[in-house]
Amino acid sequence: MSAFAAWWNSLPIGLTDALWTIAVGATASVGCALLGCYLVLRRLSLLGDAISHAILPGLVLGLLWTGTRNPLPMLLGAMAMGMATAFLTELFERMGRVPADSSMGVVFTSLFAAGVILINLFASQIDMDPGCVLYGLIEFVVFDTVELGGLPVPRALLTMSGMLALVLVFIALLWKELKLCSFDPALASAMGLSAGLVHYLLMAMVATATVASFEAVGSILVIAMLIVPGATAHLLTDRLGWMMALAAAVALISAVAGYLGAHVWNTSVAGMMAVAAGVQFALAALLAPRYGVLGRMLHNLSVGLRIAREDMLTLLWRRGERGREPALAGGAIRELTGDGIVFRLALGGLRRRGLVRVDDGQVALTANGARAAEEIIHAHRLWEVYMADELERRPEAVHEAAHPMEHFLPPELARQIDEHLNHPRTDPHGSRIPRQGRIG
Amino acid sequence: MKATADKATGAEPPLRVRDLTVAYHRKPVLWDVELTAPEGKLIGIIGPNGAGKSTLIKAVLGLVPRASGEVLVYGKPYEANRRLVGYVPQRGSVDWDFPVDALDVVLMGRYGRLGWIRRPGRADRQAAMNCLEKVGMAAYAHRQISQLSGGQQQRVFLARALAQEAQLYFMDEPFAGVDAATEKAIVALLHELKASGRTCLIVHHDLQTVSEYFDHAILLNMRVVAQGPTAEVVTRDNLHKTYGGRLTLLEEAATEMARARR
Repeated sequence: MSAFAAWWNSLPIGLTDALWTIAVGATASVGCALLGCYLVLRRLSLLGDAISHAILPGLVLGLLWTGTRNPLPMLLGAMAMGMATAFLTELFERMGRVPADSSMGVVFTSLFAAGVILINLFASQIDMDPGCVLYGLIEFVVFDTVELGGLPVPRALLTMSGMLALVLVFIALLWKELKLCSFDPALASAMGLSAGLVHYLLMAMVATATVASFEAVGSILVIAMLIVPGATAHLLTDRLGWMMALAAAVALISAVAGYLGAHVWNTSVAGMMAVAAGVQFALAALLAPRYGVLGRMLHNLSVGLRIAREDMLTLLWRRGERGREPALAGGAIRELTGDGIVFRLALGGLRRRGLVRVDDGQVALTANGARAAEEIIHAHRLWEVYMADELERRPEAVHEAAHPMEHFLPPELARQIDEHLNHPRTDPHGSRIPRQGRIG
Repeated sequence: MKATADKATGAEPPLRVRDLTVAYHRKPVLWDVELTAPEGKLIGIIGPNGAGKSTLIKAVLGLVPRASGEVLVYGKPYEANRRLVGYVPQRGSVDWDFPVDALDVVLMGRYGRLGWIRRPGRADRQAAMNCLEKVGMAAYAHRQISQLSGGQQQRVFLARALAQEAQLYFMDEPFAGVDAATEKAIVALLHELKASGRTCLIVHHDLQTVSEYFDHAILLNMRVVAQGPTAEVVTRDNLHKTYGGRLTLLEEAATEMARARR
């Protein structure tokens, strides 16, 4: 017995049981999460759901065939049913008249029901509970162990590790094929990398992962792990590699947090792991930098502030253009924004950037502020000319339309438009188009 | 000339289609299509909506089953010569939220020559970068593809086709919904391809620009109405045959056939 095994076996039984259970949940979850990324990207998430139900008759037939709980025939039977689900779904869909979702629904509910009937018919020969297929028995995996290097390793952990290794090898080998077939199956097939073959290989892997996992962790967790981590990761990144890594991380966290949660509230471990994944999704939906609700709100707020700042600058600059002092009382500017907080934040931003200064409640443009304002006015008036000339809009109508555009015209595009219009000097209303450091 | 010559030898046209019939759900969409694409030409495929233009391309590429007929690419079945063929699907046919950047998409053009399992290497990466450069998109190489404008997305698709280094190109509506600058860039690219002896078949919607863009035209509406040099075939009479009244008879016949054979 190695030193590690000795140390491990000296740990309290409650702790080692917890670690073993978490390890089983984590390996099952990570394997399913990695495959699930492809299902999410191909909008096939529910096919995982369908396959995990449809394998029931396959399991039963495999059991009946041998009369023992030998895993191999059960695995083969379940794989066959999983593939049949993928195949029949596509067949009915191709017939026309049956949409993809109905087609899937018909196939997997019928097969699952057939499995239940089979169990009832041969109840005397089969020791199997359809309920256990759904919920799994993760709480009991520590009672079925094999001795490995002095450690009592749960049998389920070996199965799960094998499944995870298979998934990793599958993805590593077919990384490029899976990517292309998920993004553009037509091109893949035209190139001779048959999208159909890759699709069925993926379905076979989903079926394998489902069959390997269901007994230990149950279909509910399998379905959750096929969909939720991938969907969560998709909110967080724009790269496929990172999406896979993040999905695996979400699955891992679910296993740990789920176990602890179940321990605290004394409830179903597999159920709690699925809930933990759901909570992570909710957090991502709320907090994801680019696609999350909060991220979007912050982004919109910062755009709103920028617009308010730019509007203040151009308001002051236009006064200067009309020969008046380019300064105004704060109250007069505040009418522009109409909102106390936005006004204060925007004014603060301008002062910090040194674009305005405030003396005795009078807000005045600085030299830098005037330059910044000219750039915005430049974009505004250029866009007015463009609309009047190219889109044949009446000069009276172009000011309002150009107003929002002045905030969004990038310098490079402004330069192109300027060139395209042959460097106009005045806008459709006869006002000069300011251009600093430029000819004109 | 040996039959093993799989490149452009001049002996065999880039594409020859004989007696091609395609049916969806038993309803024929293409009937007895016969056509020959001459080498080194830009060929427009023109016809109304539902005329089977995209289906023609997909049937040639083996993406939809052929009910009958034969497709020869440089004298051989498509499957034997697929390395010589490049494909630009409709822009709307893929999910632009897919987590890849522009360079990743162009790199996909190299997958065919790599075959199964093998990963693209540094040379492929360089080739893909060069193709992005050619369509003026090098600066956007690492941008996620949903952050590109429609015109830029189309250019990425074209760069991917260039990365295939094919002899014969099929493009499904590359001009649909692009800005003027992209349209100009595509036309320039097509002329470059033509100058290097490539042949391009391009599904096109805008009748006004057909004569300007294409040397040859194929007028299609379930069958080939006319094919040949643009000046000769794009006539009022042929356009009427393609878009006008008589063809609805064929459509009705097809519908009847589908009803009878369900």
